[in-house]
Amino acid sequence: MAEFKQGDRPLSPFMFGAYYRPQMTSMSSIMVRITGIASLGTAFLLVLWLLTAATSETAFARVDWFLTSFIGDVILLLATWAIWYHVLGRLRHVIWDLGYGLEIGIAEKMGMAMFIGATVLALLTAIIV
Amino acid sequence: MVQLTLPKNSRIKTGKTWPKPAGATNARKVQIYRWNPEDGDNPRLDTYFVDLDDCGPMVLDVLIKIKNEIDPTLTFRRSCREGICGSCAMNIDGINTLACIYGLDEIKGDIKIYPLPHMEVVKDLIPDLTHFYAQHASIMPWLETKTNRPQKEWRQSIEDRKKLDGLYECVMCASCSTACPSYWWNSDRYLGPAALLHAYRWIIDSRDEATGERLDELEDPFKLYRCHTIMNCTKTCPKGLNPAKAIAEIKKMMVERAV
Repeated sequence: MAEFKQGDRPLSPFMFGAYYRPQMTSMSSIMVRITGIASLGTAFLLVLWLLTAATSETAFARVDWFLTSFIGDVILLLATWAIWYHVLGRLRHVIWDLGYGLEIGIAEKMGMAMFIGATVLALLTAIIV
Repeated sequence: MVQLTLPKNSRIKTGKTWPKPAGATNARKVQIYRWNPEDGDNPRLDTYFVDLDDCGPMVLDVLIKIKNEIDPTLTFRRSCREGICGSCAMNIDGINTLACIYGLDEIKGDIKIYPLPHMEVVKDLIPDLTHFYAQHASIMPWLETKTNRPQKEWRQSIEDRKKLDGLYECVMCASCSTACPSYWWNSDRYLGPAALLHAYRWIIDSRDEATGERLDELEDPFKLYRCHTIMNCTKTCPKGLNPAKAIAEIKKMMVERAV
């Protein structure tokens, strides 16, 4: 047998989409993580808004102009969606931690409900606020 | 750590396309991951054509037909051909399952077959399961007792025995663990769904007398708590078991004994 070093062994492919088919289970889970991180950016924007409001009129005018512009509206709508999605995702974790909803069918339905629920709640928030 | 691309030596090249069988009326395209440790080259994706009119109904039948009739160098594990040995677990059509009980009619389009994801490849479709088995051994997969042995067997009520249903059926094929993103990225310290399902199987066994020690052993930020209830494990289990639920039960027991 030919000489062979174990370290040369390749790693089998794993990436989502290309090799592992995206599942409702994994996608709804990774979105909780992504929306959580994105909400940190939202918090940064809000702090920036408040901070400029408290310190400088010209700086506030600039930030305020940006956040109330069309692009700002889109960003804030997406941010609202992300926060709602994250809240619903964490709620699912609470349900799971209590030992409920761990059957695959229910878990997938809850995942779908998170996407739909976040969309409905974000639109409601946008209409009300 | 989270890793999104393959290392250089693992990137997959386009491989050989084998000729269509002569006179085949119902040829299906099959793409298979190949890696030969002896040629020093990167893995490649070979393309075969199999006449389904002259082939069994399962993915394993296709693999065996290719090995017998087209390319005898194709390497894969298989034994029982009825989903009880767990040898032929592989990534088929984007999910992990057992080739022997996965029907060709469940696959739309070309058939793509890779080894179990994010594992070191020994050859072609054979992953190195050494670490996976070591993790299983680490959870003490046997009955631990302290009281004196009974004269005959360790007895168990029908109700207590029922608690093991949905757990004892695991065939250790590694489909679940290698479907878990947490396991892909932390398998050095996270035990993964298969080992944890087995851990739970012994924790809730009424005859076992080491429940506390077993829980102590798992009380660790990585061994148990890298499970984020992604549930790819349960989704993919070819035996229809629910490792995610078993892990959640362990987490619940951890809280219950602390309060």
